[in-house]
Amino acid sequence: MIIRHGPKIGFLVGILAVLATLSAPPASAGDSSDQEAPKVELVLDSSGSMRATDIDGRSRMSVAQESFGAVVDALPEETQLGIRVLGSRVSASSSQALGCRDTQQISPVGPVDKVRAKAAIARLRPTGWTPIGLALRGAAADLGTGETTRRIVLITDGEDTCGVPGPCDVARELAARGTHLVVDTLGLTLDDKVRRQLTCIADATGGTYTAVQHQAELTSRLNQLVHRAHDTYRRTPRQVGGSDRCANAPILTPGVYTDRERFAEHRWYRVAVSPGQELRASVSVALDRSLNPDYGVLLRAVSSSGQEMVRGTDAGSGRTDVLSTGLRWSDQQPSASPEPSASSATDGSGTGLVCLVVSNSFSIPAGVRTTPGMPLELTVGVVPSSPTPGGPSLGRGWLLLLVLAGAGLLGGLVTGWLARWRIAIWKDN
Amino acid sequence: MRGILLAGLPFTVLSLALAAPAAADETPSPSPSSTVSTAGTSFLTATGVEPGQPVRVAGSTGDYLYWSFDAAAGETDRLAFTITLPPSGSRHGPATWTVDVFDGLRRRQACVAGSQTATAATRDAAVKLHCLLRQVRSWADPWSDEPLPGTYYVRLSATGLPEQDLGLAIRTDLAITAHKGDPQPDNANLKAPLSPAVDPGTTVAPQAAAPSSGPSSDPSSDPSSEAGPLERASSWFSWPSSRWWWTIGGGVLAAAMGVAGYSLTRHPRRWFSGR
Repeated sequence: MIIRHGPKIGFLVGILAVLATLSAPPASAGDSSDQEAPKVELVLDSSGSMRATDIDGRSRMSVAQESFGAVVDALPEETQLGIRVLGSRVSASSSQALGCRDTQQISPVGPVDKVRAKAAIARLRPTGWTPIGLALRGAAADLGTGETTRRIVLITDGEDTCGVPGPCDVARELAARGTHLVVDTLGLTLDDKVRRQLTCIADATGGTYTAVQHQAELTSRLNQLVHRAHDTYRRTPRQVGGSDRCANAPILTPGVYTDRERFAEHRWYRVAVSPGQELRASVSVALDRSLNPDYGVLLRAVSSSGQEMVRGTDAGSGRTDVLSTGLRWSDQQPSASPEPSASSATDGSGTGLVCLVVSNSFSIPAGVRTTPGMPLELTVGVVPSSPTPGGPSLGRGWLLLLVLAGAGLLGGLVTGWLARWRIAIWKDN
Repeated sequence: MRGILLAGLPFTVLSLALAAPAAADETPSPSPSSTVSTAGTSFLTATGVEPGQPVRVAGSTGDYLYWSFDAAAGETDRLAFTITLPPSGSRHGPATWTVDVFDGLRRRQACVAGSQTATAATRDAAVKLHCLLRQVRSWADPWSDEPLPGTYYVRLSATGLPEQDLGLAIRTDLAITAHKGDPQPDNANLKAPLSPAVDPGTTVAPQAAAPSSGPSSDPSSDPSSEAGPLERASSWFSWPSSRWWWTIGGGVLAAAMGVAGYSLTRHPRRWFSGR
């Protein structure tokens, strides 16, 4: 029996090995050495209100300090973590001009010295004002620019007490700058104004908002966010500027791109597609501000001569983060069509440029800013096209079996009767 | 005796043919036991899940949670969500939860059965969502949005809720099950699965626009493709198409019936006297 199991076990091991190699590429893509380490900065509010003792009977500050310690302990090896505080030096009784510049980095973004970082956190005492906008700007500068997504985790218990710059405007401005920056926010109170401000910051950058009511919640959420930076660590899309018409649109190769699109704007891009190739494109427009409830997005593939070839569209209503659509297109009959539709811009090799145009039907309530445009993510792929299949040449189904069996039976009966008839004739003769 | 044997042959073939489709409907999907405890927050960062793998993620109300899974041609996938809501004392009104499914090109995919959207009353402790997707086809016109082999994205979001309820803690359980079947159409396949590009692209100068890769280029060498899924849902019955088995079985059956018919006319006593 054991000997007979041998091949089976070998087969199973083989399957496991195949599965392992199948699942390996995405992991190894993140391990390649030429890529940056994931970068996260924690921004902690150290304003006077953090003294309030309303989380599990302890002060907000001590809860945050303990959670920070736990996060630093559980930090993934590769992740580079920085810590910035606001309102930690200038007391709340001092002037606003002074208090609203009070933000400092207590641990630089880089490989973390856990002991030093924890000591720096433990020394913090809640004192001053709440310049959130300025702290976000500082955090973005600390993280610098580069290939990977930057994440800021903002922990605060109060709204910005400085007003200028407005934190939500700062968040939108940072998101529009090109480096892929995500701000996750954690509110230590259930106050309405704080929640609105923090959800605005999170929505503007594609981040999340969490209302924290218990110590355990804060620790697990912080850990989740820091690990998310590590797990979802990908290269950021390339920034591209679509043009207002096809003729001068940028030519894209397969990959992911990011752009901004204003309301009622058309953004054009071009992709080179040869006969026998299939163009695949998808687009996502992020709803990063408050919009009117019904909206739509349209992606069209247009030939150089202005003929629409295929479109992808989606519409929706209500609360959502992005609206996406996609399309496939291939030159199905490269030679049969009397008038080359997509290949009118051929340069001898048969390669045509296909224009992609993105438009939207978003609208905004009065008072919401229209600039910068909404974030747009475009993916482009060019793959071999799949030919139209021919009809089936074989049969299937119970009816087929019945017909064949009936035909066989009939054939046998006829043959048998023929044989009997021949034997009878032979006997007569 | 020979007649009985001959008469039995068609039934053997029939029962074989009967048993095989039943076997093809089983779900021999891999069931890795490790629970997925993360979710992405966008298409690009969606967490990959294998069908059969349990998912349990802690999140906040208002988060947009993304997962992705690979589906092969012939598969029919079913999603089941259970969202454990925050305590009803901290909620201010009913909340509507929605599951959206997108294919590799981020095109919306229809749920043919199940409650894709559900509204939880303030007193409800949990809300359940279901989505049965269409069977994945092996080929489709570029102009259609039929489900094709490749990556599928799942997004869970709260699409309607009181603004005060944002940010409260929730727990999400997701189960994806895949049922394999015969891919349609039979003798067609998609040259490259709908696996989206994930790496940044580059723009090129207009004069250098000619793509270097022709139709014969290897899609796997494309730097911007995620690992593709299996080509087709593979069951032994579907080599290379189940039509082969039906036709071969039909031929054998016809031959057996031919012999039976012949012997019926030649030796009718063997059939009707019982000896």
